[in-house]
Amino acid sequence: MLDHEQIRTGAVQESDFTEVVASVRRFVRERVAPLEQEIEETDEIPAALRAEAAEMGLFGFAIPELYGGLGLSMSEEARLVCELGYTTPAFRSMFGTNNGIAGHVLLEGATEEQKKTWLPKIASGEWTASFALTEQGAGSDPSGLATTAVRDGDDWVINGSKRFITNAPLADVFMVFARTDPHASPSRGITTFMVEKGTAGLSVGPRDHKMGQAGAWTADVYLDNVRVPSSALIGGEDGVGRGYATAMRCLAHGRIHIAALCVGMSQRLVDESVSYAASREQGGAVIGTYQLIQGLIADSATDLYAARALVADVAARFDDGSDKRIGPSCAKYFASEAVGRIADRAVQIHGGSGYIRGVPVERFYRDARLFRIYEGTSQIQQIVIARGLLAQAGS
Amino acid sequence: MNIVVTVKQVPDTWAEKKLDAADKTVDRVSVDNVMNEMDEYGVEEALKIKEAHGGEVTVVTMGPAKAVETIRKALSMGADKAVHLTDDALHGSDALQTSAALAKVIATLSPDLVITATEASDARGGVMGALLAERLGLPQLTQARKVTVDPAAGKVSIERLADNGYALVEASLPAVVGVVEKINQPRYPSFKGIMAAKKKPLTTLSSGDAGLDAGSVGLAGAGSTVVDSQPAPPRQSGTIVKDEGDGGVKIADFLAAQKLI
Ligand SMILES: Cc1cc2nc3c(=O)[nH]c(=O)nc-3n(C[C@H](O)[C@H](O)[C@@H](O)COP(=O)(O)OP(=O)(O)OC[C@H]3O[C@@H](n4cnc5c(N)ncnc54)[C@H](O)[C@@H]3O)c2cc1C
Ligand SMILES: Cc1cc2nc3c(=O)[nH]c(=O)nc-3n(C[C@H](O)[C@H](O)[C@H](O)COP(=O)(O)OP(=O)(O)OC[C@H]3O[C@@H](n4cnc5c(N)ncnc54)[C@H](O)[C@@H]3O)c2cc1C
Repeated sequence: MLDHEQIRTGAVQESDFTEVVASVRRFVRERVAPLEQEIEETDEIPAALRAEAAEMGLFGFAIPELYGGLGLSMSEEARLVCELGYTTPAFRSMFGTNNGIAGHVLLEGATEEQKKTWLPKIASGEWTASFALTEQGAGSDPSGLATTAVRDGDDWVINGSKRFITNAPLADVFMVFARTDPHASPSRGITTFMVEKGTAGLSVGPRDHKMGQAGAWTADVYLDNVRVPSSALIGGEDGVGRGYATAMRCLAHGRIHIAALCVGMSQRLVDESVSYAASREQGGAVIGTYQLIQGLIADSATDLYAARALVADVAARFDDGSDKRIGPSCAKYFASEAVGRIADRAVQIHGGSGYIRGVPVERFYRDARLFRIYEGTSQIQQIVIARGLLAQAGS
Repeated sequence: MNIVVTVKQVPDTWAEKKLDAADKTVDRVSVDNVMNEMDEYGVEEALKIKEAHGGEVTVVTMGPAKAVETIRKALSMGADKAVHLTDDALHGSDALQTSAALAKVIATLSPDLVITATEASDARGGVMGALLAERLGLPQLTQARKVTVDPAAGKVSIERLADNGYALVEASLPAVVGVVEKINQPRYPSFKGIMAAKKKPLTTLSSGDAGLDAGSVGLAGAGSTVVDSQPAPPRQSGTIVKDEGDGGVKIADFLAAQKLI
């Protein structure tokens, strides 16, 4: 179990954190935003930008200081991620798996020794880490995953295939979820292994052609008699059968992270909408003087405000331990649906231009669509929220 | 290399710059203040030289208590230590007084190289580098778009920006070098840099500590003072020339009337 008190040791002082946010804000707006179109066209984050992001510390802000990161609390992380959301989500995705799902697998499930050896490489960006859970037959319900790991002497032999794995083409390490006990219930029969790039039998498929988020790569991962030593077993012998529980805990943190990202993108879309409405003229007046356009802007600003406040509140409750399950799902559900509505209105405000490649809102409209799908679809969030409440009511 | 870099805190680029109604000095209280943007290039260049040749980068600023934020920024970028000259008595100093005060502080640091930016965005005097060089008795290289130091030979050479190309200029160390924006891409403070900044040595000096005579600094003793100021008049709307077959002639007449042709 992750000890959140431990995570908070060496917590960043508020005055330092304000500077961290300011530095990231400038970096995102001055350095990344001007490259958005290039990233879109080349489907690639320039290597120099990756190096600068690593130098800055962006690969490890959610990893404790003890392991080479910054050790932000959830509330702080949410504030920082809002800034990252202001530009193409491919930029955040580059280090999103390190700070998020993949890095958290180690934080939640690894032994102290594993954390000390592996996390500093993840926090510094020396390694890119991927989280390999989803399979062809196991998406929304990962408990049905078919990848297996079988003990063979001191080793484990893994077989199966994963799909839609973010950063797989770049990854140095993969957190692979495999069934180790076919007879146990899913919540006890799944185990996590850290598989290094180049291990015999491990291969990565071609990059998926996605609707949006160009520059962020996903691909299939194939495991064909991949032999790993027992040291690759996350959590050591005690980790056997604990993979499913670990994955679920990683997702709760990740959901708040994604919600904050949606808030950042929403802010950008509102800014784009307002500046376009304030300058575009039709019928002898700027379109922003028309009340029907004002209605779109007001609805988007209200959605943004609500999402921002919700994320802040949920993050605070996550930090004090009072709600680590229902709140994160509410935040991810609302903020991802809200950014979809806001992107739709932004395209509408831009008229024909909003439908043309090269115009930011057109790109964000496609980019935003993913947020309602990955790290738990909206339907899965609804289920988590409702089941959680009903369980509290004792039904 | 012992490098000193001067930085000035100025009102944010986007802020409306105002003069204090009472004493006509820059209003630094009611606005957001930032490091003079051009000084970021100076700090970056100092850090690059240090990274290449070793040594130490000391940041020097004169300004109100709040200017410590700008010092922190430079330290979080990677500078090693800082001197902050601050005192109510310094308020309203003109360029000559400011240069005298800064030179006094810088001299005690015995630098091999002093880096300034070309101008600060608030008062835009563009004179501080030259004044400092004169007071320190050092050669000055200005408008540098590239700096190369050769500590062994005791030399610094620059590519000096010119209208159509550049000139190669060199000086013996110690020297004062003024940099332009084209010179580099200033780094963004890293998270570790930000956390380390508060632990770095910062010396805060009053005018007395720095050995400045009370009468030699501040508004009262200033050789020059701003007496009054007027905002620039709003731009007039343009003249619209309607082309009725004689558009070219009308434009030529207009330009002639403005004495432009
Ligand atoms: C509207 C206005 C008019 C003025 N007119 C005059 C005038 O006519 N005569 C006069 O003598 N003074 C005048 N001053 C004051 C004078 O310009 C400043 O007080 C003096 O500090 C020089 O600043 P600068 O911004 O012109 O510096 P610049 O010469 O433009 O700055 C160049 C570089 O020098 C360094 N530097 C400048 N100031 C500092 C500092 N305080 N601490 C550390 N580094 C520094 C920075 O690296 C900066 O990038 C005027 C001020 C104002 C606001
Ligand atoms: C760009 C991208 C990046 C990704 N990155 C990663 C990654 O790094 N690692 C990783 O492991 N996975 C990753 N994924 C996988 C992602 O998490 C899954 O796609 C997602 O969880 C949905 O699973 P699925 O695609 O199998 O859809 P399905 O589960 O088949 O869902 C199809 C539809 O059925 C609905 N549905 C499913 N079950 C229920 C139910 N019980 N009740 C009501 N409705 C239901 C869903 O909401 C959806 O509308 C990524 C996906 C994409 C597109």
